[in-house]
Amino acid sequence: MHQTFDAALEINLLHANQEGADHNRAHFDAWGITCLNIMSSPGAGKTVLLEKTLAALNQTLKIAVIEGDMTTELDADRLRQYRVPVIAINTGRSCHLDSKMVAGGLHQLAHQYTPSDFNLVLVENVGNLVCPAEFEIGEHAKVALLSITEGEDKPLKYPVMFQAADCLLITKIDLAPHLEIDVNRIIANVRQMNPGVTIIPVSAKTGEGLTVWFDWLQSQIPSAEKIASKLPDLTSA
Amino acid sequence: MHETDMTKALILTVRNWWEAQPERPQISQVHLTVGQFTCVEPVSLQFAFEVQTRNTFLETAKLVIQETPLIAFCHHCQQEYRPEIGVQYACPDCRSPMEDIRSGRELKINRIEYCSDSAESYASNL
Repeated sequence: MHQTFDAALEINLLHANQEGADHNRAHFDAWGITCLNIMSSPGAGKTVLLEKTLAALNQTLKIAVIEGDMTTELDADRLRQYRVPVIAINTGRSCHLDSKMVAGGLHQLAHQYTPSDFNLVLVENVGNLVCPAEFEIGEHAKVALLSITEGEDKPLKYPVMFQAADCLLITKIDLAPHLEIDVNRIIANVRQMNPGVTIIPVSAKTGEGLTVWFDWLQSQIPSAEKIASKLPDLTSA
Repeated sequence: MHETDMTKALILTVRNWWEAQPERPQISQVHLTVGQFTCVEPVSLQFAFEVQTRNTFLETAKLVIQETPLIAFCHHCQQEYRPEIGVQYACPDCRSPMEDIRSGRELKINRIEYCSDSAESYASNL
């Protein structure tokens, strides 16, 4: 005779990735680093945004970049010109970064530098509006980019990405006069699923909106006093 | 194809469970819940499962996927509603944004169904 039995598992499919993400976040916290996960479709302007960001904030903040790219180091090489550590992770055929890949990147960073010297790690995810939304990497906030050439309907079509974003940059805003696109429509489409998101229209070409982005970015970094209060007091030892 | 990665994670979890069982039972079904407001396509998951379980302990196991609909709760209207994915997420009555998702984000391995064959049943199959 054979009998059928049931075993209840009740385990999240992404359990292992989530554990890895929590582990990465614990490292970031111990080092006093804020980590941002930057996501968009290919060609929305993630790399140029990072270039502008590094050029403007490299003196004020200590920044490192983790660069996810399917097969090349083209983007990483562009960013290395700004004299910041750029850890390139080739994801191979995988269409997103996962927490294990980022952990590998952090090991490299810790091997070559002193991580606690940094206060910001910018992770450029693989260009893709689908999968990166499901795989946490240990970030403190998610930044999504949507270029206005992609169309007003993209937030509706890729809702998981736009619903999860803490900050949305509407990029290439300088092209607005040349296109039949309603930027307010884009904003309304995002707001109907993510009312709390910070939305910043930017143009890397003209510089429009970039200072607003820099301010938002700096607001994500806890002040030095706040970090000091979290660290163990070594003077009493 | 992130369903490939998800399937790897799924098989690993089921394998861990299976290896912890003293009699290593024959698994007949693996039950998942996949929400419609996730980036996971059940058809792709089925395909990846079929390919990745070939010649393994899960070769004869069936993947049973139960999809859950996207259901949100509107605090203004004090009622649940079903947003139309790809079209409209705000409350159809008062247009409040979708803030409180009650169903549709699940990605869960619920349970495993397995057979415990006694010696006689093996013998009778010969």
